[in-house]
Formats: sequence, C-alpha cells, structure tokens
Amino acid sequence: MSVLEIKNLHVRVDGNEILKGVNLRLDAGQVHSIMGPNGSGKSTLAQVLARRESYDVTQGEVLFDGKDLLAMKPEDAACEGLFLAFQYPVEIPGVSNAYFLRSAVNAVRKYRGQDEMDAMDFLPKLREKMKLLEMDEKFLNRSVNEAFSGGEKKRNEILQMAVLEPKLAILDETDSGLDIDALKVVANGVNAMRSPDRAFLVVTHYQRLLNYIVPDRVHVLVNGRIVRSGGPELALQLEESGYASVGSAAGAA
Amino acid sequence: MSSNTDTIRELAQQEYKWGFVTNIEQESAPRGLNEDIIRFISAKKDEPEFMLEWRLRAYRHWASLEKAQAEPKWANVHYDPIDYQDIIYYSAPKQKPNLKSLDEIDPEIRRTYEKLGIPLAEQKMLAGVAVDAVFDSVSVATTFKAKLAEAGVIFCSFSEAVREHPELVKKYLGSVVPYTDNFFAALNAAVFSDGSFCYVPKSVKCPMELSTYFRINAAETGQFERTLIVADEGASVSYLEGCTAPIRDTNQLHAAVVELVALDNAQIKYSTVQNWYPGDKNGKGGIYNFVTKRGKCAGRNSKISWTQVETGSAITWKYPSCILQGDNSVGEFYSVALTNNFQQADTGTKMIHIGKNTRSTIVSKGISAGHGQNTYRGMVRILKNAEGARNYTQCDSLLIGDKCGAHTFPYIEVKNSTARMEHEASTSKIGEDQLFYIRQRGLKTEDAVSMVVNGFCKRVFRELPMEFAVEAQKLLSVSLEGSVG
Repeated sequence: MSVLEIKNLHVRVDGNEILKGVNLRLDAGQVHSIMGPNGSGKSTLAQVLARRESYDVTQGEVLFDGKDLLAMKPEDAACEGLFLAFQYPVEIPGVSNAYFLRSAVNAVRKYRGQDEMDAMDFLPKLREKMKLLEMDEKFLNRSVNEAFSGGEKKRNEILQMAVLEPKLAILDETDSGLDIDALKVVANGVNAMRSPDRAFLVVTHYQRLLNYIVPDRVHVLVNGRIVRSGGPELALQLEESGYASVGSAAGAA
Repeated sequence: MSSNTDTIRELAQQEYKWGFVTNIEQESAPRGLNEDIIRFISAKKDEPEFMLEWRLRAYRHWASLEKAQAEPKWANVHYDPIDYQDIIYYSAPKQKPNLKSLDEIDPEIRRTYEKLGIPLAEQKMLAGVAVDAVFDSVSVATTFKAKLAEAGVIFCSFSEAVREHPELVKKYLGSVVPYTDNFFAALNAAVFSDGSFCYVPKSVKCPMELSTYFRINAAETGQFERTLIVADEGASVSYLEGCTAPIRDTNQLHAAVVELVALDNAQIKYSTVQNWYPGDKNGKGGIYNFVTKRGKCAGRNSKISWTQVETGSAITWKYPSCILQGDNSVGEFYSVALTNNFQQADTGTKMIHIGKNTRSTIVSKGISAGHGQNTYRGMVRILKNAEGARNYTQCDSLLIGDKCGAHTFPYIEVKNSTARMEHEASTSKIGEDQLFYIRQRGLKTEDAVSMVVNGFCKRVFRELPMEFAVEAQKLLSVSLEGSVG
C-alpha cells in the first residue's frame, strides 16, 4: 500500500512556480531518493509535504496513508506520522533537547489517544536511541540546536526521527555539512529504522549519501518536474555524467 | 509535569481568570485626598504620633509636586491624566477587630484566597511558605506566625509592626526610599494603608519562604501598600509577592513602595509574580502599576536579589534597584516583562555602586505581543570610590507579531577607572521558521509559542522558587493567549 502518493503537484513560492506537476508514489518499506541540481525544487517539495503554510499549492493532490495531506496542518501531519529532517534545523534557546523531544512524543501520543509519557519512562528510551547515534549524555540538557555544529544538528534530526518513529520520513539534504564519519553514523541510524511499514524520501544533491543509504528508487527532479526515475544505479550515473545528461530526457516516474 | 502541555493549553484558552469580585462589606474613606483623609487613615490604624507626622510631611511634599505638575513624564508610557481627587484612598473589609485566629477571617475573603489558590489555613499551606494576605488596603491574615517567632523572625502586617515594633519601623522606614524620592513614593508615604513587614534578626536564616498576596477588590480604589524587609547582620530571607485584581473597565492606581535593608553579610531575595488585571483586548481598564522598589546593601558582603515576572497591569512603571553601599556587596536583577494587547511596560533597574568590589548582574527579558510596548530602562552608576566594581548586563527582547514594540534605554555612568562593565543586548522575533519546526514535531501553534517564550525566559525562571517558576510559566502562556493568529 502506498504511504505517499503525489499527483500532478504544482506549487508557487512568492509568485514563482517552483513545482510544475510532480508525480510520485512511495510504498511502505521503500526508500526513494529525490536528486536534482540546486534550485530544482527539491527542498520546496520537502517543505510542502511537511505542510509549510507559506507555500502555495495551486494544483494537484497528495495522499498520505490514504488521507488528504494538503488539508492537514503541520502538527496534524506530524501526528499522523510524517517527519521532516530539516536541511537547516532551527535553534530554540532555553529549551532542552530532552524536554523538547518528550513534548513532541507526548503531542503525538495525545493525538493518537495514548497516555502521555513521563520523564521516567521516556528517558531510558531516549538514551537507547542516543547510543545508536553515538551521542553524548550531555546533549540531553543542551538547548535544542543551540551552539551545535552542523554535524550535531543533523544527528539531532535523526535522533528526533528515531524517537518519533514516523511512517514517512523525509530527509532534506541531511548529508550536507557532514564529514564522512558523521555521515556513516547518520546512515546507520536511518538504516536501523528501515522496516516494512516505514517509508523514506531522501532528498539529496550528491550521490555520496546513497552509498550508505541504498535507495529502492531514484527520481531526478529538474526544473520542477521529475524527468527520470530508475534504480540505485541511476544515482551513480548522475555522479559520473552530471544532471545535464538527464536534464532534457522526459522520463516518467 | 506530564500534563504540562495540557495545562498550558487549557490556560491558553482562558481569559483573565482572577477577575472575579468578592462581595463583602467594605469600609471606605470618602473620595479624594487632603490632610483630613491622611488623619482618617492614621486614626483607623491607631498609629502613634510619629507615623501621622511622617504621613503629613509626605502629603505636603506630594501636594507641592502635584501643584507643580511634577508627576514623572519621562517614562515611555502613555495614559490620560489621573485625577487624584477621584480616587478612594482607603478601603477595608469590615471585620471583627483583633482576630484571634485565622478561623475568624471573613469566609468570603477566605474563599477569595482559596480561588486564588492561596489557602490561608496553615495545615494546607505549601510546605514552608508563610503568607501575609493583603485585601484591598488591609492585611487580613499572616500565617505561620508562631513558627517564625520561634526563630525570632518578625513577619506581620505593616500596621501591626507600627504598633508592636515602632522602634524598628522608625529606624528603617523611608531609609531607602524617602518620601521625597519621587511623586508616587510621596503619595504612597502619605496614604499607604498596609503592607508587610519583616525583620530577620542577626545570624538567623529565615526557616521558610515568606510570601504576601495582594488583592485589589473594591472599585475606584487605589492600593498603596508598603513593604519593609530588614535582614540584620548575617541574616537571610527569601520573600515572594503575588498580585491579582478583579476585571473592571476603569483604570485603578497601584502605587506601592518596597524597601529592603541588608546589613553586614545579610542576604535578601525578593521575587514578584505580578499579575494585576491588564485591561481587556482593546486596552480598556487595567491597573496602573507605579511602584518604587529599592534595596540597600548597607553592610559588607551583603546581597540583594530581585526577580520579577511582570505579566499584568495596563501600565507598569517600576525599577527595582540596589544601592551597593557595603564593600563587596552584590546586587542582582532578573526580570521577565510581558506586554500583550495594549499593555505598556517601562521597567528595569538601577545599580548604584558605592562600596569597593561591588558587583551587580542584570538580566532582563522583555516580551512584546499584540500592540504591547515594552521598554527596558536601566542605570548602572559606578561612583568615584567604588574600586573594582563590576557589572554584567544582559538585555533581550522578543517580539511576537508586527504591531508591538521593544525599546531599550541603558544608562551607564562610570566615575572609577577600575570598573569593569559588560553589556549584551539582543532583539529577536519569534519566527515562522521556529514555529514551523516545532509544529512539524507535532505541537500546536500556541504550545510552540509557549515553548519558545519559556525558553527565552529560562535564565530568569531559574531564579524563582520552584512552585512559582511553574506558576510563572503558566501565567506567560495565559497572557499570550491569542497573540499568534
């Protein structure tokens, strides 16, 4: 069953049409990658799916787990199980990571009619996930993303994903700003979460990340349209010959 | 804490919930102010001659200021002229004279305090907090008296202190804020009707938190309370005040004076959660909070620390200050001031360094939402003989929406070249990015705003006693209700 189904999606940002009819279908258990040059609309797609309200959807339809995603507020989409790992994670001074994460988990649990977790139940679970991502204990009491290095911020996004256990995780340029060691840690975190009932949409500029998170499908987004789709080998091909080689080919998803 | 978001959400949907009126019989002075009113108040309180004389001198001084139209106008706040002859200066709940025990308090007043979450019955008290409750102009109950007396701590209403401990009152009254200090301080000195008094004797650490709750109930009444806290050599005390008022569509004047005196090696921590009625969404009604608060670190190694959370009042005009006279003395000011709708606040502090190696810390967090206007006004003055003085000031403003304003007026005056001063300031806006990020993790907009605001204020909340820190967080959420569309 498809977790995400995008049909003919058109999006405007500040009056400019950025997405010009995107079609995509992502099934549970699958990892798809969206690749494309700068300015092709990759991040816009990620943000629209996470329901950023300043982006104007002019046409099309998106079903998330069979429900109308475009009718949802960001928090509703999140509570339904959609997670976006931000390209530029935002700082929240004075709010500890532990508190932030527990608030998020409890917001989601509440939405689903489950009991909220108290700190005693929550912390062991959080520590376990932190171990997976090789994160230091001190991290718990630091403010969210404040004075974090680029790598720490990205790792923190993956930690949040691990704790929230979404149905659909969208990773927006999670590899940017990571050195190779950090990249491996992040990829391990993602791979550990792959499961038959979870889907990933990995948005990236470079093929490098896909060496570690091997996708089932690769889609090439150029100028607001998916111009080509294929297996993981497509990423390697792009790495060799660049986006120009596929830019004109009008392939379908 | 597990239901924290729940509570905040509930609270966020509420209007000012302390706005009820209590129906009790009141005894009031006639409207207006003249020497007869002063004599009436003094007689009502059975005061000794010296108090009446002091009041009259204050009144004459105030009257001369009023005649000269010397009401301070420099603050960055705007309001229609106040007609001082149209205010009732004394209003007290009628009750049996000389209460023998707390059980004798008027049941209506007790219910009011229960609604406010301040049970006066001692057995229900928050462990370790002694409360003095001031209803309109009069102190109605002081709890835990016996236990405090054992430690030698005097904690009672100001009226009682004037009667029972005139020598202490005489010695310290007006020693930090003389009646000549400013227009509102003069007014307060002339007409103050009650307040709290605390004396902690030598080397005594006050065994519990002290607390006063102020409640304005009667309409068209001003509240003028006066608080005096003296920590003798080596003594220490932590004191908290809270304030609420009913919803009324006329403005009410609150002009209080607080004086703190810390002798050698003494420490006073003074915390305020100010939640006077702020007026409605259109700026109608609300309390004018014109308050003079000042502490004197008179002794060596003494310390005075102010923490305030200001969410209420239509207008706030308030600068809790420290005179650092004793060598090595320390002054601190931690402040959160929030203005929403049409609230205006002009608040900050003065740190006057007189002694050697005196240190001061100022952390001010201003939050503006709606049409709120928030001004930080601070002065750090290093006098000639203050060798090795140090000040650290951090002054941050947070804006919510685009119709509010934040203003900062820091004054720094240094007359000794060994002084070290640090000043940091920032202004930020709760951005769409921040809210989107938090909402993408599942939190609703209001909860996201609360989270950002509480994070912004953390440095100050840390200074509050635990229960009150939680209370303060909830208050901020309520006060921000509807500030984000």
